Amino acid sequence: MMASDDIDVAYVAKLARIALSPDETERFGTQLTALLEHVAALEKLAVADVPATAQVVPSENVVRDDVPRPSLERETVLEAAPERQGAYFRVPRIIAEDSIVGEET
Amino acid sequence: MTVPETAAEIARAVNERELSAAAIAAEFEARIHLREAAVGAFLTQTGALALAHAERVDARVRAGEELPLAGVPLAIKDNMCLTGTRTTCGSKILENWTAPYTATAVQRLLDAGALPVGKTNLDEFAMGSSCENSALGTTRNPWDRERVPGGSSGGSVAAVAAGEAVLALGSDTGGSIREPAAFCGVVGFKPTYGRVSRYGLIAFASSLDQIGPVARTVQDAARCYDVMAGHDPLDATSLARPVAATHNGLRDDLRGVRIGLVNEFTLSALGADVRATYERAYADLEGLGADLVDVSLPTADYGVATYYLIAPAECSSNLARFDGMRYGLRVPGADVAETYERTRAAGFGDEVKRRILIGTHALSSGYYDAYYVRAQKARTLIAADFATAFQRCDAIAAPAAASEAFRFAAKSDPYSMYLMDYYTIPMSLAGLPALSVPCGFVTPPDGAHPLPLGLQLTTPLFEERTLLGIAHAYERATMHASVRPPIAANETARV
Repeated sequence: MMASDDIDVAYVAKLARIALSPDETERFGTQLTALLEHVAALEKLAVADVPATAQVVPSENVVRDDVPRPSLERETVLEAAPERQGAYFRVPRIIAEDSIVGEET
Repeated sequence: MTVPETAAEIARAVNERELSAAAIAAEFEARIHLREAAVGAFLTQTGALALAHAERVDARVRAGEELPLAGVPLAIKDNMCLTGTRTTCGSKILENWTAPYTATAVQRLLDAGALPVGKTNLDEFAMGSSCENSALGTTRNPWDRERVPGGSSGGSVAAVAAGEAVLALGSDTGGSIREPAAFCGVVGFKPTYGRVSRYGLIAFASSLDQIGPVARTVQDAARCYDVMAGHDPLDATSLARPVAATHNGLRDDLRGVRIGLVNEFTLSALGADVRATYERAYADLEGLGADLVDVSLPTADYGVATYYLIAPAECSSNLARFDGMRYGLRVPGADVAETYERTRAAGFGDEVKRRILIGTHALSSGYYDAYYVRAQKARTLIAADFATAFQRCDAIAAPAAASEAFRFAAKSDPYSMYLMDYYTIPMSLAGLPALSVPCGFVTPPDGAHPLPLGLQLTTPLFEERTLLGIAHAYERATMHASVRPPIAANETARV
């Protein structure tokens, strides 16, 4: 059966990495709970023995030939970066300082 | 200078050197300048680029080449990449992003002689049915400026209806070409899933997204489709099977054609004038020689529910890439997680956030089977219903939208907006080719202007040639597409 719980918008927003204001959390909670009530109609369909369809047009996995070909110029790509340093993307630190073993301070 | 109204006539005139592509580029730059304040179809105008392409087209024609889209002004929905041009998806998160490459579908049209006049407005990331979800501009319906153009390809259909372009590209995930085409009185065609390469189309829901043409006539839509359809090694989902040309399969009658009317698509929920228009359209099909047959799509009623699990699930996955690290907006936070959260909070609008949230929920641990897998199973049943129905008919006729174009802010409840695509979503879930062709006008009780309606036709997978052939016979017999909105009505007289 379909889950009938209300959606926990704050939790889902955390998973989706979107900061929500208290007002947004409440508003989206109301709207998405209403949407889930509409989609609950699918419970009426007997689907136990039905295969799931990920894609409707017959196709099979493809691999391309392993041949080098031109890619985008490095400079073109870096021009789009919000922040760069020389030939690199500059991004926030992803490892806390005290967890880096052997780093000189 | 008088520029012909259709791509077919323009290409003929340029190929025979009666008109230069450069003169057409200049004419459309002037026309867009005059009309854009009233319509707002474009997020970016590319008149200089159109002129540069026009000069190359003229040189190729002088060298003896014959190009199927020589000198045809083309508008491009702003979720498709065009090298060196801002490509925004109507979103603040990409507001200042310049595409470093060109979408395959766009490139094929440019190689065939089309002139890129601009990038058109859309609901943010193609999520919406009115174009009101754009973060970057308002597009108005050329038939009534108080009303929406439909969506998500609202800018593309408005540009063609207003004579600011002769062809446009749209993308259709659950009706985003067909519904706005109906609202603006133009032809909008979604090919079979996989027929047109999605390389360079910024992804929304990858198992549903498909690029297709917007045009004044079925013949022009066929011409555009024939140029851009076919396998592309850069899109692993593009179909390898051969493409049947459509431009030479256009019919003038429907003798021997069986057209299905869907029992479950009752017209009783529609306004009386809208209903009468569709009843007349069905009678016109019969008058052209078609046999009308009743068919049943028992699970079509579950289309909207199925779609609003599958499309958001895929959207939540696709839009994870917008994290403020390598391109697009970045709003710094105390650490990387807060940077993601602030960037996405500031960069996405409400509808995109709603869909990411519902999709994340539907894919999350404990809910995946109950929501996502169940929806995928419903999708199997919907596709099977169509397969059964097509044993009794060659094509299905239905409304392209649940009403005529509505007023701005009329659909403040998200679900009421979702229901606009009730008639188009089942075909999308089944991957079928489908189009909207103008089928008449209604003047709503709360409106001062006649508004167009669209007849939706759909055929089995890969049967684009049959579909366009039938639509052409209908269009030619009824002539609804020849009526222009006031803003474009006098352009043949313009010198």
